[in-house]
Amino acid sequence: MARSIKKGPYVYHKLLRKLEKAKDSSKKSVIKTWSRSSMIIPDMVGETIAVHNGKTFVPVFVTENMVGHKLGEFSPTRQFKGHSGNR
Amino acid sequence: MARISGVDLPKNKRGLISLTYIFGIGRSKSAEILDRLNIDKHIKVNDWTDANVLEITQLIQDEYKVEGELRSEVQTNIKRLMDIGCYRGLRHRKGLPLRGQRTQTNARTRKGKKKTVANKKKATK
Repeated sequence: MARSIKKGPYVYHKLLRKLEKAKDSSKKSVIKTWSRSSMIIPDMVGETIAVHNGKTFVPVFVTENMVGHKLGEFSPTRQFKGHSGNR
Repeated sequence: MARISGVDLPKNKRGLISLTYIFGIGRSKSAEILDRLNIDKHIKVNDWTDANVLEITQLIQDEYKVEGELRSEVQTNIKRLMDIGCYRGLRHRKGLPLRGQRTQTNARTRKGKKKTVANKKKATK
């Protein structure tokens, strides 16, 4: 079921705080986050967000097209290296 | 024979069914169209008057996205997913199911026909 519109998009509150800080400092810095379920909101466009995939932080440069998706969609959690026969 | 948005409609079927031969029109949209124009859904295409055909053609052209236009929209949506590099885009690129279905077995619709791996050893107990 889709999330109620009344609540607005879900963004982890600590991530929002970090985002604000990054906007203020105007210096390009990577924001690290574990919050894969946060929605990408227009404020994030142009930022680089390092999204944890369970092992490492994958840097994601947010573009306008990505708004509305979740951060986790851009940081794959599985790595498929191919089957042993196909090497 | 009625020709609407580049598709020949089967003439010996009921209007409701016939319209679904157009890509982008299914049963519900077909019913909606015929209702809006006050055409009996159960009349066969053969028995449509020329005015009916014209009306339907006009309505579909003006208010519905069908055939080529719809197909290209779908394609651009898929392309967008692939370009932004999100999970669904990656799955499109690999030709695997997008919505978390299992792929150990099945998923043949996305993966295409079975490709048998040669020299695979029989499992020994």
